[in-house]
Amino acid sequence: MASSFFPQPSPSEITLKEHYLRRRTILASTGLLAVTHAAKAAGLQTSPGPFGTTERPTPREDITHYNNFYEFGLDKSDPARLSGSFHARPWTLRIDGAVAKPITIDVDQQITAHKIENRIYRMRCVEAWSMVIPWDGIPLAEILRKAEPLGSAKFVAFRSVMRPDEMPGQKDSFGNIAWPYVEGLRLDEAMNPLTLLAAGLYGEILPNQNGAPLRLVVPWKYGFKGIKSLTTISLLETMPPTSWNRLAPDEYGFYANVNPDVDHPRWSQASERVIGSGGFFGEKRQPTRMFNGYGEQVAGLYAGMDLRKYY
Amino acid sequence: MVISVWWTRRSFLNLLLYTSGFVPACWSFWLGVHDKLGPDPVRSFEHILGLWAFRFLLASLAITPLRIVSGVNLTGYRRAVGLLAFAYVVMHVAAYIALDLRFDFVTLYRDITRRPFLIFGMAAFLCLVPLAVTSNRLSIRKLGRNWRYLHRLVYVALIAASIHFLMAFKTWHVNAIFYVLFGIGLLSVRGINFLWGKRVHRRIYAE
Repeated sequence: MASSFFPQPSPSEITLKEHYLRRRTILASTGLLAVTHAAKAAGLQTSPGPFGTTERPTPREDITHYNNFYEFGLDKSDPARLSGSFHARPWTLRIDGAVAKPITIDVDQQITAHKIENRIYRMRCVEAWSMVIPWDGIPLAEILRKAEPLGSAKFVAFRSVMRPDEMPGQKDSFGNIAWPYVEGLRLDEAMNPLTLLAAGLYGEILPNQNGAPLRLVVPWKYGFKGIKSLTTISLLETMPPTSWNRLAPDEYGFYANVNPDVDHPRWSQASERVIGSGGFFGEKRQPTRMFNGYGEQVAGLYAGMDLRKYY
Repeated sequence: MVISVWWTRRSFLNLLLYTSGFVPACWSFWLGVHDKLGPDPVRSFEHILGLWAFRFLLASLAITPLRIVSGVNLTGYRRAVGLLAFAYVVMHVAAYIALDLRFDFVTLYRDITRRPFLIFGMAAFLCLVPLAVTSNRLSIRKLGRNWRYLHRLVYVALIAASIHFLMAFKTWHVNAIFYVLFGIGLLSVRGINFLWGKRVHRRIYAE
């Protein structure tokens, strides 16, 4: 009966969900949530960041309507269709574990406090398709440094949100991922200047279907490493479990670096279809590049490692 | 007189079946050409064709169980449904080679020799080729009893296609499982009927 050690509110004291939801609407209508709404409507103040690619960005319509976000359903059109009732605000991000200063950050304060960089990154999905996405975000390293990681920290574990009421895909877990979605990086990967916490897309606040309000972007790894709707970051001494690896360890490794020479057991990773590149007869297929073309920045992280073994 | 009226009605319905059977393919092709198949039109088109191939395959295999269970005899439409299944399989493979791989035969060779997902798909396709080729009166007459044995390949095709279908998704896909369970159900009706028939047979001879 561990729970009885804590003072329990009586059921009558708990605010009913419809009441607090209504409270939000009332606040919004009187302008008390104006800050949030202004951010939503007006878009983000961004400045161009490094590592930009010259490739043409994928149309916004495609980036926001072709999503693997199984919390909202297995079909790629499900997230855009079924994420309307997801509440991405208010939102806090917790950073704990092997850190000197565990912190809880409010997402909107974070956005106003930081310089939001625009970074046009290639995105390569493990399913052999790719996009070019203009993210707006903050380097993860900047955020992690605030919590002052301890010398013993070697890995970073990420956890997404658990809200079956707002995320229909979390209701049926048969043969699916055990929710909430979890991901992980080595600390040096997390601190790499490429690694981004994205809060926006095309200069506007991140739409729900793309992982609002905050998602990870690791452009040299397959897309599934980019955990969405991030709630917790924990610094650890040991390698954390990751969702896809737990489900199919022979298909999805911890590292999941984009690598044209290491095929997925069911398909080749040598080339990729470029989404939005010309419709039915003109869809481009291009060779996949090692580390998705970011070898200059990240190849050193894996020096001496057998990338067939650590896929 | 009665027979000829019955015959014409059946051939009319067969014609209707053939033409309406191609509606999903033509419609999604039209959508694809007009860029209305979503951000990944080629993949959507492939999936639509594959799904309809599986549906027609199941429908062709449902005709005998339907007769066993309910007495409704639709045997006269089985060839049309079976050939539609084959036509969709051909279009599915053609879309994969032409639109998806863009005639990259090196990748095609590597895919169909190494990847179980595609090996099972190709196996299902190859099983259906001789069945489609022999779907005419002449072959039935010429092959006699062997025609029936040959056409049992459809069960192999169904099993291979089911595995291919289930492997097409990253997780267990509820819809795919539903289709595959339906196929297993159809095979079970035949199996049970076969065993039951044998028992009745044996009892008759024992008495």
